Amino acid sequence: MTTSALRAASPPRTIATRRPKGWRNARRFVLPLAGFVVLLVFIAPYLVMLLDALRPSGEVLASPPTFLPKTWTPAAFGEVVSDPAFQNWLKTSLIVAICSTIIVILVAIPAAYFTARFTFRGRLAFLGLIVITQMFAPTSLVVGIYREFYDFGLINTYTALILTDAAFNIAFALWILQGFFAAIPKEIEEAASIDGSGRFGTMIRIMLPLTLPGVVTAVTFTFIAAWNEYVVALTLIQDDSLKPLTVGVNSYVTAYQQNWSQLFAASLIAIVPVVILFALIEKHLIGGMTAGAVK
Amino acid sequence: MAIATTGRVPARSTPRRRRRTPGTARAWEALLWLGPALILILGVVVYPAITLVATSFNTYDIVGLRKGPAGFTNYTNFLTSPDLGQVVWNTTVWVAAVVVLTILVGLALAQFLSKEFFGRRFVRWAVIVPWASALVITSQLFRLMFDYYHGIINQFLMGLGIIHKPVDWLGDPAFTMPSMIAVGVFVSIPFTAYLFVAGLNAIPTDVYEAARIDGAGAWRTYRDITLPLLRPAILIGVVLNMIYVFNSFPVIWILNGSNPGFGNDTLITYMYKLAFKSSQHDVGLAASAGLFNVLIILIAVGVYLRFVGWREATKA
Repeated sequence: MTTSALRAASPPRTIATRRPKGWRNARRFVLPLAGFVVLLVFIAPYLVMLLDALRPSGEVLASPPTFLPKTWTPAAFGEVVSDPAFQNWLKTSLIVAICSTIIVILVAIPAAYFTARFTFRGRLAFLGLIVITQMFAPTSLVVGIYREFYDFGLINTYTALILTDAAFNIAFALWILQGFFAAIPKEIEEAASIDGSGRFGTMIRIMLPLTLPGVVTAVTFTFIAAWNEYVVALTLIQDDSLKPLTVGVNSYVTAYQQNWSQLFAASLIAIVPVVILFALIEKHLIGGMTAGAVK
Repeated sequence: MAIATTGRVPARSTPRRRRRTPGTARAWEALLWLGPALILILGVVVYPAITLVATSFNTYDIVGLRKGPAGFTNYTNFLTSPDLGQVVWNTTVWVAAVVVLTILVGLALAQFLSKEFFGRRFVRWAVIVPWASALVITSQLFRLMFDYYHGIINQFLMGLGIIHKPVDWLGDPAFTMPSMIAVGVFVSIPFTAYLFVAGLNAIPTDVYEAARIDGAGAWRTYRDITLPLLRPAILIGVVLNMIYVFNSFPVIWILNGSNPGFGNDTLITYMYKLAFKSSQHDVGLAASAGLFNVLIILIAVGVYLRFVGWREATKA
């Protein structure tokens, strides 16, 4: 069980089954072709988004619509970037995502290491609490969260968003990290403790470097979750200048104005960095999920 | 781990010394390591949950000031509200359809993505895109694409000759829920497919070699080897998707945004409308709805786990 993370880190192998020879030749063409269709299915909506961002808003609302713009213009991107409102939303998103990610990592690493390595009274209760946290997405508790921050006078603050995003993302980070810590042979750690390192020193100097892929995965996941969070921000932030991107960009399209190309330009600015970030950890992703989930 | 324990059996059997094994720790030490995580979870997950319970037993005025105790009035009001039946039905259809379709497509896609072929890396990146994108943004995108007048989907389907006149995907009651389900499945597939790819990778190769030597065909190998060994991953996929889809807010909030009433709302968006959008802003009522939701998801997951036999499955 502990080897699952290590095994998953090795490249996936082909499953050799007996197949007729004709198929073996055909699959060299069929599989990439099918792959291209799958790729299109998942990309196509976002391609529409890009093409709509690259035409004037009036043309987005043409009826019937055309797939390709009649007038190509990157104007919407310029308008969005120079829009002070957009700059504020971007600032909020960055502050909230970065701060909550830092908190999650600082808090989850010791907890994951300790629960992976030691048994103690209350361990099961703690892990149970973590599972329950994962079940109560902020959505179902949003009325309670609103009441709490209302009582503490934290409506319309970054603090409220940072704390909520951090608390609800501990669970996933903890599962991933725990799987990675558990996969490291005990002997390595024991050798370190014989050398005279304390537990904390062992964790920092010996274990953390070995679990770096796990840490990277947890960081990315948390960052993206906080970056994309919507319902809590929608509820807790009423001040337009303090909204994050996910809430703010929607004001480009309301009952009063329909700036679809600006909405999509802003959306693309919000999406593209995260997609790249996600693609970069794609390899660790599978290892991380194996370690965290298959047990 | 097993080796380490057997090595220490003699030490443990001498009761006189009662030394703790290196793998155990004292509770206060655990508190030191888990404390920060615990504080955050107690403060921002458990505390709001308690607040939610307290709120559900009180009445509040329109700006959110407490007016006094309400007993069970909020609960009886919520449970007897005329829209609840429709909302519960919508929730059931939404969760069941999205989860089942997501798992089926996810299984097929995972099988495909774990084969090796030219360009696989790009396909995997493409699958990530809806996962990495904010749900609210993807929902806005589909709102436009589904639009009766300006949407590309009508244009596309008419071009292919599948439909002959435009469909009001998000306005026509017959199509609103199916359209939302389609988007729900689209955004749920990436995580699920990746979970199953991870599950497939964890299956030892020699099992397949044995099956090949025994002359098992592709379908039999899949049914008798892959699926049973994938069971833990499928179980987790179903449970997590049930939770995510039930709690899913942006898809319904945005796609159903222009429809009046509660005809297409799920329990989550219904609760939200009661709390923050209805004319009364009835926080107490919304809190009882929130607790009802928490209870429903706990029961649904519990029943599912009971049904599939959680213990037996995790042992595998």
